[in-house]
Amino acid sequence: MKRTKTLLATTALTVAAGAVSAQDMANDMTLVSWGGAYQTSQTKAYADPYKEMHPEVNISWDESSAEAVAKLRAMNEAGNITWDLVDVVAADAIRLCDEGLAMEYDPEELLAEGDDGSSAEDDFGDMIVSDCFIPQIVYSTTFGYRTDMVPEGADAPSDICSIFDLETYPGKRSLEKRPINNMEWALYCDGVAKDEIYDVLATPEGQDQALAKLDTIKDSVVWWSAGSDTPQLLADGEVFMGSTYNGRLFSVIEEQDQPVAMMWDMQVFDLDGWIIPEGLDDDALARVKDFVKFATDTQRLADQAAYISYGPARESSAPLVGKHADLGIDMAPHMPTDPANAANTLLYNYEFWADYRDDIDAKFQAWLAQ
Amino acid sequence: MTASTDVPEKDANGPMLAADGTPLKKSLSRALRVQKMRALALVAPLLIFVLVTFIAPIGDMLFRSVENQIVSDTMPTTTAALADWDGTGLPPDQVFEDAYYDLFVAAERKEHTRLGSRLNYEQTGASSLFRKSGRGLDDIGEVYQDQFEDLDKNWDEAQPWAEMMGSEDWLAKEAAWEKGSRLPKFALRDGVEELLPRTAAQYAIFAGYTHNEERKSLLKEEPWSAVHTALYQDLSTQDVSGYSGPHAEMLKAAAALVASPDFETVSFKDGFGEIDKDWLEPEIWQTLKLYAPKYTSGYFLNSVDMKLTPEGAEARPENERIYIMLFKRTLFMSLVITCSCILLGYPVAYILSNLPARKANLLMILVLLPFWTSLLVRTSAWKIMLQQQGVINDVLVWIGLVADDGRLTMINNQFGTIVAMTHILLPFMILPMYSVMSTIPHSYVRASKSLGATDWTTFWRVYFPQSVPGIGAGSILVFILAIGYYITPEIVGGTTGTFISNRIAYHISTSLNWGLAAALGSILLAVVLILYWAYDRIVGIDNVKLG
Repeated sequence: MKRTKTLLATTALTVAAGAVSAQDMANDMTLVSWGGAYQTSQTKAYADPYKEMHPEVNISWDESSAEAVAKLRAMNEAGNITWDLVDVVAADAIRLCDEGLAMEYDPEELLAEGDDGSSAEDDFGDMIVSDCFIPQIVYSTTFGYRTDMVPEGADAPSDICSIFDLETYPGKRSLEKRPINNMEWALYCDGVAKDEIYDVLATPEGQDQALAKLDTIKDSVVWWSAGSDTPQLLADGEVFMGSTYNGRLFSVIEEQDQPVAMMWDMQVFDLDGWIIPEGLDDDALARVKDFVKFATDTQRLADQAAYISYGPARESSAPLVGKHADLGIDMAPHMPTDPANAANTLLYNYEFWADYRDDIDAKFQAWLAQ
Repeated sequence: MTASTDVPEKDANGPMLAADGTPLKKSLSRALRVQKMRALALVAPLLIFVLVTFIAPIGDMLFRSVENQIVSDTMPTTTAALADWDGTGLPPDQVFEDAYYDLFVAAERKEHTRLGSRLNYEQTGASSLFRKSGRGLDDIGEVYQDQFEDLDKNWDEAQPWAEMMGSEDWLAKEAAWEKGSRLPKFALRDGVEELLPRTAAQYAIFAGYTHNEERKSLLKEEPWSAVHTALYQDLSTQDVSGYSGPHAEMLKAAAALVASPDFETVSFKDGFGEIDKDWLEPEIWQTLKLYAPKYTSGYFLNSVDMKLTPEGAEARPENERIYIMLFKRTLFMSLVITCSCILLGYPVAYILSNLPARKANLLMILVLLPFWTSLLVRTSAWKIMLQQQGVINDVLVWIGLVADDGRLTMINNQFGTIVAMTHILLPFMILPMYSVMSTIPHSYVRASKSLGATDWTTFWRVYFPQSVPGIGAGSILVFILAIGYYITPEIVGGTTGTFISNRIAYHISTSLNWGLAAALGSILLAVVLILYWAYDRIVGIDNVKLG
């Protein structure tokens, strides 16, 4: 009798809870991400556990993050937003916020407190680079090199300026086909102090200086536009060293076991995270908010690091980073934020590039085409 | 017109009549009209479909190449005031005042950053200047807001403001309003517009925003600081001593405060300078003036390596010119690709059309097979074939034609793009050629030979002229497809093998400069149409056959 009562009560509660969520929250959610290993890490760390807690929710993925800004603008003009939550890099989040396409949010209200009791705003700290940006991971653009192609008698490259040193390290390099990062590295290796790079780069003379430095290796550069290019070029021995996202290099080195090593010097930190599109209806928004609160809590961000070598954006998540889910290796030393890797780093300057991207890109492309 | 037996004989005086007595001409045109309508009704679904899903979006996209409403829509009074400015030095103080009020509203609507992004295409730094200003403008208004509030905290309350500015009639309706129903349209109190013109105007803008966009009652929302700024301006110029409406004492006290020497003021110009010193440079104002018109030639000038300046169009500096070169390269490489497709495709089409059907079908599958494979797979396969550690270089090194340290560079340049695109576009050349060639009767060739012509004469004088329409059709297809290609050049083109379409794609998806992308696209479309017209004049479009 008592058992039946409990059972009845539980059922009633469940039904009530179900009814409440059905009333307030939409059950279909479209998440937009980058595809590949990164999206898998999100599915495993956030989406699968969330679905376990809320079996009524259908989560579908759209691998459109690379074109998210243009697509969101088109959706907004058509008046039909079909996405609920979009994973973008911070620079795109700032642009979406500027264009009024992403929703501004209040970190204290939307995000969970840190496990260590710190408030969400403190826990994420400077990572919240825009009023619309919900940080997730810290990644970096850095170099990898073929260990078997290091010239005899030379040390393995450990200094960023070895990419400009064709005498000691002959061979091809792959660099991204855009000015961002390349211009900074060029100036740094041309003797500009690290904290003056952006002041110099803001002047036409500084831009010429950076291009002149890049000119010294132009004939030895393969320019990439997709993140998978450098890993492929390294694996095929097509280039000696190349820049790409640190997670891609991790997968070449640890998962595919290629003779490649990391060169962390002057890695450029960047952020990736969520934005909520502007103009969602109340039901969809309630569901997204519920999901975001869960997916960006301390444990979830730490869990993601078990699938991919990107650092969690929360300070409180760092101590919880464990081992890789399949390989069983310690993930902490592979994080770009690990002290051993982060001895000399640069932080992507969002404001500078928001202003100068079009201008410098025009010069960079004209230089490339010469 | 042939007269049938039904048609009555022509009346000696009147027009020819049909059987029912109506004039034949009218009757005939009616019959034709019905026929035409029927034909039109049959094509209507397709026509409407094409219009709605193809022509209209393309037209809309191309229209963006001249559209520039965002500047005058976001800053209407500023752009109007800038029209009278001669463009030298700094604009008059009135422009700063207008810019303050315009930008304040834009910032509340979160439109100022969009304008900043738009102007950043023309002037580097505009993006962060506008973003910063959205936050900084509050500082100007807060100077006044704080002083009025210190005098009487009612100046920071919603209700007194609404009572002072709104008409009695509207106030009653607003008070009766319940959430969910329509908000009553705001109406100004009689006389307030004459007494406090700026304040009334700013309050009306605030009222419109609160009602239409926030959907909140004005009795609950205290006005933003731009209204306080306007109040200060009015009180320093208008005489309110005769005012006897609601809150007269409060207003008179405020007027006394403004008149007192302790009252702190900020000039709009200083306020802007405080936000960012770039506002005190003529450059941003010149850009605003230059891009104030609703339609601009700026995007088109940009796409031919020029720029709009106050003195008119001007060539860009050498190190920023890229588009003309890319247009030339695109046309040149498309031509090379078309030619190599003709050279490679002609023999294949010839063999296909002269083989017995069974063998021809088998060969046809070989032609079509790559056609059915994903474009990305084929392009990536070429990468593996052509790269320095790739199949072709390995073979060349193995047979000793090339030294190991002298491997050929065949990818990430023009050569790679031409090879990969020729391969990808080859079926578009072979298929029309094949379908034309298979209609050429063999008897002509035999007749020519029986009359004593050599093989070469037979081919060149008899066979080839009949196959030209196939070459024409294939060339047009391949050339037009090649001009718009961007995935393959992006993957294998490196720096010397990219097309103008890669820049268009960049401006659509990365820089979001859709106006420039539209201008580049319009030019590309115009070039294709001109070439098509030239082709029609030289070769004749009737000479093109797809089968």
